[in-house]
Amino acid sequence: MGQQYRVAVLPIVSARGLTKKFDDFEAVRGIDFEIARGEAFGFLGPNGAGKSSTMRMIGCVSPVTSGTLRLFDLDPATSGKEIRARMGVVPQQDNLDSELTVFDNLVVYGRYFDIPRAECKSRARELLDFVQLSDRADSRVEPLSGGMKRRLTIARSLINQPELLLLDEPTTGLDPQARHILWDRLYRLKQQGVTLVLTTHYMDEAEQLCDRLVVMDGGRIVAEGSPRELIAQHSTREVLELRFPAGTNAERARSVTDLGERHEILPDRILVYADDGESVLHEVHARGLSPESALVRRSTLEDVFLRLTGRSLVD
Amino acid sequence: MTLLKRIWKTNLTLGFVQPILFLLGMGLGVGSLVDARTASSDALGGMGYLAFLAPALLATTAMLVGAFESTYPVLAGFKWEGTFDSMAATSLTTRQIVAGQLLWWATRVSLAVVGVTVVLVVVPDTRSWGLVPATLSAVLCGLSFSTTVGAYAATREYDQSFNYVQRFVVTPLFLFGGAFYPIEALPGILKPIAWVTPLWHGVELTRGFVLETIGFFAVLGHLAVLFAYITLGLYLCDRYFTRRLYR
Repeated sequence: MGQQYRVAVLPIVSARGLTKKFDDFEAVRGIDFEIARGEAFGFLGPNGAGKSSTMRMIGCVSPVTSGTLRLFDLDPATSGKEIRARMGVVPQQDNLDSELTVFDNLVVYGRYFDIPRAECKSRARELLDFVQLSDRADSRVEPLSGGMKRRLTIARSLINQPELLLLDEPTTGLDPQARHILWDRLYRLKQQGVTLVLTTHYMDEAEQLCDRLVVMDGGRIVAEGSPRELIAQHSTREVLELRFPAGTNAERARSVTDLGERHEILPDRILVYADDGESVLHEVHARGLSPESALVRRSTLEDVFLRLTGRSLVD
Repeated sequence: MTLLKRIWKTNLTLGFVQPILFLLGMGLGVGSLVDARTASSDALGGMGYLAFLAPALLATTAMLVGAFESTYPVLAGFKWEGTFDSMAATSLTTRQIVAGQLLWWATRVSLAVVGVTVVLVVVPDTRSWGLVPATLSAVLCGLSFSTTVGAYAATREYDQSFNYVQRFVVTPLFLFGGAFYPIEALPGILKPIAWVTPLWHGVELTRGFVLETIGFFAVLGHLAVLFAYITLGLYLCDRYFTRRLYR
């Protein structure tokens, strides 16, 4: 697996046996991955899987405990400053400067990269246009909505025209509309050739944005591939979701266990995995079972995750 | 190197209001009592109490503002606002971040101290060219607090810690650091404590310059102590900021 993706040119990020320990807690337990230039690469996993620790190491703000990590073929331990200059970071928590205006947030940040002030200003104008915040340029940060702050943080991360953009849970806490605007902007960046690396615990986000992803759990990588491949490999084409009256799931489940390829009993529903969900549903009805609701859908990364770890992504 | 743009915060500092209140309350009130007794006036070297107290307020103001500016605002940069984290993700080095912070502290302390200086120019007893070096010394005194307390703040997780700074460092120094009376009046064991704290050195400088009672070597000695504190503080800031930001 993954072999066919190994790139001929030098990967923009590569990690071998990457480990991060905090005192006696091992957040990342020896992971390997390579990210190609221009790719959109995702780390998918629940909270505490080690995604953010991995991102901080890639962002050169967290020293590697053991293993090797190289970015732009440079070593973060000795070339952190040079690497950071070529990278943009969108942290999990927006850390905009609340004492500055929207426009000045971008200009001041650009100055941190030693970009001339005039250049900062012209880039700031372009970027505000790109994230559709031009009309808020002179506003303070505080009154902005969550989605606007997120877009401003993304604009800020682009001020140094990075080759690599790191996004740690870019849309967590945003409403659906704000997420779609954000995805659209990220997709455009990808088209412009920016390499995107993101963490998420939303499967739809991973499916929308990522060419390739790794699934992380408990500090380890448990699967790797494109969203489609992962689904094909670890799940069936379709899933039948059955809901029975509260508290009767386990009991009813016994009568459907022989159906489909596999099943999962969740607290609120039963998932039956099968390539043809409709025919399974037909059989369920034929057996005289009457679920409160039944839904046939395509498999998603959520199912892959459930299969690989026995747990849901969002608890 | 890169000049850090941290001077943007234009909040007008009102740091000089408090010293003016002290000047009026203590200087006029207590002063009238002190000056009425010839013996106490002699203990102050024959000067009026107002003249004795007023220059010291340059140093105490610097301490109050300098120490405060490196407590909550610093922890906010690490914890609540994440401003320092956002800087750490750029091509800035810790050293540059600390340098920017130093510049910011210097700005804040200067604004407050200059406010007091203006008041001292108005008071006839303290109107002197000595105010110029006194003001500069006060800023150094403030920075010796900013840098050391700032390094401490970088190691803190909760802002309750700052109550200790206030209770066990700032307030005792304010009272026992020689601002309101000569430290010779203190019991034996307290004197050496006053000698090692930056405030006493700041007070000696500001008072000495304004009243023209200080000698050349005393100036050098006091300045050396203040610079030593600032150097130590900056060293610790570099170390603890790095530890905090890159973990």
